[in-house]
Amino acid sequence: MYSTTDASNFVAGVDTAFYIILGISGVFLVAITVVMLYFVYRYNKKRNPVPTELHGSNTLEIIWTVIPTLLALLMFYYGWKGFYPQRYAPKDALAVTAVARMWSFSFEYPNGAVSNDLKVPIGRAVRVNMKAMDVLHSVFIPDFRIKTDAIPGKNNFIWFVSGKKGTYDLFCTEYCGVRHSYMNSTVNVMADADFDKWYKENGEQGATAGGTAVPGAAGKKIMEQKGCIACHSSDGSKIVGPSFKGIYGENVTVVTGGKDRTLKIDEEYIKRSIIDPSADVVKGFVAGQMISYKTELNDKQIGEIIEYIKTLNVK
Amino acid sequence: MSTDNYVNFFQEKQGRKGIWTWLLSTDHKRIGLMYLYSIMILFMVGLTLGILMKLELIAPGRTIMGPQTYNGIFTLHGIIMIFLIVIPGLPATFGNFFLPIMIGAKDVSFPKLNLFSFYLYILGALVATTSQFLPGGPPDTGWTFYAPYSFKTSTNMFPAVLGAFILGFSSILTGLNFIVTIHRLRCPGMKFMKMPMFPWTLYGTAWIQLLATPIVGITLLMVIAERFFHIGFFDPALGGDPVLYQHLFWIYSHPAVYIMILPAMGAISEIIPTFSRKGIFGYNALVVSTMAIAIVGYFVWAHHMFTSGLSMVAQFTFSLLTFLVAIPSAIKVFNWVATMYKGSINVQVPFLWALSFIFLFMIGGFTGLVLGAVATDIHVHNTSFVVAHFHYIIFGGMGFAFFAAMHYWFPKIYGKMYSKTPAIVGWALFFIGFNILYFPMFILGLQGMPRRYYDYLPKYASLNAVSTIGSWILAIGFLIVVINLIRGAIKGPKAEANPWEGKTLEWTIPSPPSLENFEEIPEIS
Repeated sequence: MYSTTDASNFVAGVDTAFYIILGISGVFLVAITVVMLYFVYRYNKKRNPVPTELHGSNTLEIIWTVIPTLLALLMFYYGWKGFYPQRYAPKDALAVTAVARMWSFSFEYPNGAVSNDLKVPIGRAVRVNMKAMDVLHSVFIPDFRIKTDAIPGKNNFIWFVSGKKGTYDLFCTEYCGVRHSYMNSTVNVMADADFDKWYKENGEQGATAGGTAVPGAAGKKIMEQKGCIACHSSDGSKIVGPSFKGIYGENVTVVTGGKDRTLKIDEEYIKRSIIDPSADVVKGFVAGQMISYKTELNDKQIGEIIEYIKTLNVK
Repeated sequence: MSTDNYVNFFQEKQGRKGIWTWLLSTDHKRIGLMYLYSIMILFMVGLTLGILMKLELIAPGRTIMGPQTYNGIFTLHGIIMIFLIVIPGLPATFGNFFLPIMIGAKDVSFPKLNLFSFYLYILGALVATTSQFLPGGPPDTGWTFYAPYSFKTSTNMFPAVLGAFILGFSSILTGLNFIVTIHRLRCPGMKFMKMPMFPWTLYGTAWIQLLATPIVGITLLMVIAERFFHIGFFDPALGGDPVLYQHLFWIYSHPAVYIMILPAMGAISEIIPTFSRKGIFGYNALVVSTMAIAIVGYFVWAHHMFTSGLSMVAQFTFSLLTFLVAIPSAIKVFNWVATMYKGSINVQVPFLWALSFIFLFMIGGFTGLVLGAVATDIHVHNTSFVVAHFHYIIFGGMGFAFFAAMHYWFPKIYGKMYSKTPAIVGWALFFIGFNILYFPMFILGLQGMPRRYYDYLPKYASLNAVSTIGSWILAIGFLIVVINLIRGAIKGPKAEANPWEGKTLEWTIPSPPSLENFEEIPEIS
């Protein structure tokens, strides 16, 4: 039903609109420019010392009003035709939620699987629902010719069927602050069997089962999925927020309500920083950059994160 | 007229001394020139910021600045260029100087209000500038101040918004002044349908300034109420709707594009016939298309928002109206070209700028069709394609028309002439540099490179490097043009009163004009 061999089922319709608009425009651009330059040459004062006064022509005005209007309506029609199906996702589409936050994406699947790239099966309809956590973002997949804004409090979506295996760029195209240009991901179009295998292995149970083996592994995974690592490194480098390397148990100067004070980084402080990030901001960093993760993480997950941060103290 | 006791407006001091002959003058010509000098100085600042941005983008990764600085620079570049240069642009400079003369009047209707508008402009510029120096750092929201990021950023967004608010009043008052002037002060016999095209376009523009600008004032008041009293208009965290902000912003800012381009079209409609040595072709059609653009231009704003989740009805309507607003612009281009037919064309510097205006404006207009059609807009929205498009319209259109007007009216303003050869060399470098700078950005946008990107994927590197090189060529051309003009104003040879054989009223009086422009109010037969 949605069979296509293109990167997405919308490529053909959108590209047709591009060819028609740019084609007609190109012909007019060249024709008008050539005529204009010819007039400058032919009616130069050397060749044509005496101008002929012409005040206008109703016939010409009608011709060059009606023809461009008809062409404009033609272009409008193809623009509309290429777009129309983008707003009607089939009911049986695989529903993925794109969680957009400053400054990373994560993709949540119906069975609880979470991924940092958008993994989709080839030839099947996929609907991606936008969920913006803080400010405006936008999901743009150039090769698929689709884009929509992620707006807090609104339920925008994109949908597509991809007919070509491969990896495609996915960008945030709505300016969202200092790391906007690093807020990108990829779409990974997989063979059906490969996707199903990944999907089964990464459901809710799969994720926790795999996480208990190594200390901190579950916490690390949560931090990747929730976008923490977009701003906090684990190798000591400063991105937007403090790095987690070797901080556990250390003393740090924080700004609380405009005043400096020193405190020890312990479990309680880490938890407070996740739930109320602007309460005690490490000196040298800007308050208000991070949203509260109160509704995003439960106590067990915060515990896993703390376990992971503890492992970063090992030399 | 005896030339012995002729006193031009530069020499007429009105009993004031030194700098006060300028700062307190209500003469429309002096006010026009004060705007011109302010705009040229600010344009150099805006251009420098643009060149720094392109330098940063010459290669992926960090080149000369960090991302926060880059974001601050593109915001300031936008605020300066849009609010301080292209919106006041031609109306405040050449409009102030030539509107009264072209309709046979001694001044605008409200000369003191005119000076007040200028000081509001300066105050707005100063307030917006303070945002750069207060603690908190330069605003980093982009010139669009989109909610809710603009409420979340810790940078000084408030002074920038307040500056835009004050500048809005300057614009409204200028519009009001021009409307009254055109209605009340046309000389005997100057019926509306005998008025030259430049005053006509100023008339259309003035109505947009008067009717659309209050929207931005209201919006900015709502922003202030939200920021300080936490009334949730736009911020979803307070129960507001960020898309409402986008609607209000573009209800003003799209018509503002026509504030920028209409007077530019008016200047071109003066220059083309003068150098073709014949009347404009299709005067009636040009008048009707001017007013059509001014009116239909109000109803296309949501084409900036096709990815925001508008209803299907809204997408259909705004896309269709966007295509319809393109028609009057096309009619203008056809009439300009037809004016050259069977003319006796004298290719002078202003005419070269006008020709290149038509070419660049066409590219800007045609790529605007890509943005008007929904399917193609979805793909290129918020990519560098959009950046290229509006620079072709605003810089290639309004900017080139500004320089065309500058070279056209220069001998009238100063009574002197610039050198022709450096003017042509400067124009050629400017034109070539412009295309090398902006054309690659169309291709980058089609390939998917988003705008407002500090860093980009390696596959976009080569076209970005080409674009940066274009910015250097453009800058050299600009410097040659400006230095040549300054040199001409100071020590150029004396110009005749009508060096181009122009037919409009400003060419019937001596250069520079006298304080009251005309010894006797002219009569048009």
